[in-house]
Amino acid sequence: MCLAVAGKIEKIEGDIGVVDLGGVRQPVSLIMVPEAKEGDYVLIHTGYAVEIISEEAYQETVELLKELRWE
Amino acid sequence: MGMTNSSILKSFREIMEIVQKSDLTINIMEVCGTHTMALFEHGIRSLLPQNINLISGPGCPVCVTGEEIMVEAFELLEKHNVTLFTFGDMLKVPGEGRTLSILKAQGFSVKVAYSPRNAIEFAEKNPNIEVVFFGAGFETTAPALGATILEAYTKKLKNFSMFLAVKTVPPALGFLVEHNSLIDGFILPGHVSAVIGAKAFRFITENYQIPAAVTGFTAEELLLGISLVVKSILKKEPSYYNAYPHVVREQGNVEAQRIIEEVFEKGDANWRGIGNIPLSGLFIRERYSQYDARKKYGLREKPPIVPRGCKCGEIMLGRMLPPECPLFAKGCTPEKPVGACMVSSEGSCAAYYKYGRR
Ligand code: SF4
Repeated sequence: MCLAVAGKIEKIEGDIGVVDLGGVRQPVSLIMVPEAKEGDYVLIHTGYAVEIISEEAYQETVELLKELRWE
Repeated sequence: MGMTNSSILKSFREIMEIVQKSDLTINIMEVCGTHTMALFEHGIRSLLPQNINLISGPGCPVCVTGEEIMVEAFELLEKHNVTLFTFGDMLKVPGEGRTLSILKAQGFSVKVAYSPRNAIEFAEKNPNIEVVFFGAGFETTAPALGATILEAYTKKLKNFSMFLAVKTVPPALGFLVEHNSLIDGFILPGHVSAVIGAKAFRFITENYQIPAAVTGFTAEELLLGISLVVKSILKKEPSYYNAYPHVVREQGNVEAQRIIEEVFEKGDANWRGIGNIPLSGLFIRERYSQYDARKKYGLREKPPIVPRGCKCGEIMLGRMLPPECPLFAKGCTPEKPVGACMVSSEGSCAAYYKYGRR
């Protein structure tokens, strides 16, 4: 039930964003992600965007992969 | 990304080979029910050597909601004639032999909602109908439920309230490590962490020296989380990882936390089958009590009801696997569940029933 899906914000009107969920458009409350912009990807749970998905975490992933190497 | 995936898989294989050759038995708990389902769906259990056990934790909000809560929800329908909105998972949860789905068939007004916002919209359009949203959840859902209360408050809705069973995961994990010394590592819930931050679970490694990784839900993310935890166990250097960094920040979503803090206060909560866990529940603050269905309708708290023979509690504490319950697949199936672990699509019993033992 903590299942959440990712979607892209297409349009913002007030607190509500129209989010594209792989072709299906849905209104989503953006009240928890006030800094979200059109074009951002957000994580959506029960009609609310709970977090903005960052594209800048690439470096952290690289670090994690380094951690994985067995030596 | 392609290269990343292949390097995750390569490291995963390397690490698993070392485990396989060792005489260790490694118990890893995946706390979250969505992880339990994803691990089965991606066939990851079958990729693990026999000496790694994945244990499903208490991370399904429906499964840990006591039967007494269901009975109170029935009371809202029968005595107070409300229209009850709830998440679909709740419909089949038994309470003293009945379910919301049975009451719905009898003509009571039970509606499935994808979002609590559906209930608010309905209440606004139907001012003469008393609307209650009934929701269970963890920190992922808590801010949405809180935001709904704030919206009702701002709009001064008179015919709307919420009947909630909200629980928080960190105190339950603390309880678990104190009561089950067999857990060697944790795969931590990604979406709960998105809200409360990776910081919220650090105590597991810092206070108990148990390796843990906040983990996502795709096959690669799961392999990454498992590999990091297993490697840390093998190296005997307990480490803590945020292995879901593009979604989970160290501090989490501060705005969502602010909403939780504004609307809810902490209190002791009963976890089905496990018992009372101190300060593991979130309850609507006095300020918003007009939106608290418990107060609005004067519901009296009921003592916990535990269905006879159900081992949900033992399973969620990691002491037992679902097939070891004498009722599993016999007296208890998804069509006729005895315990909530068999009802919810995220319950460990339901997952084991659907996908088999491994
Ligand atoms: S199989 Fe059914 S009765 Fe047994 S623990 Fe799971 S839910 Fe409870």
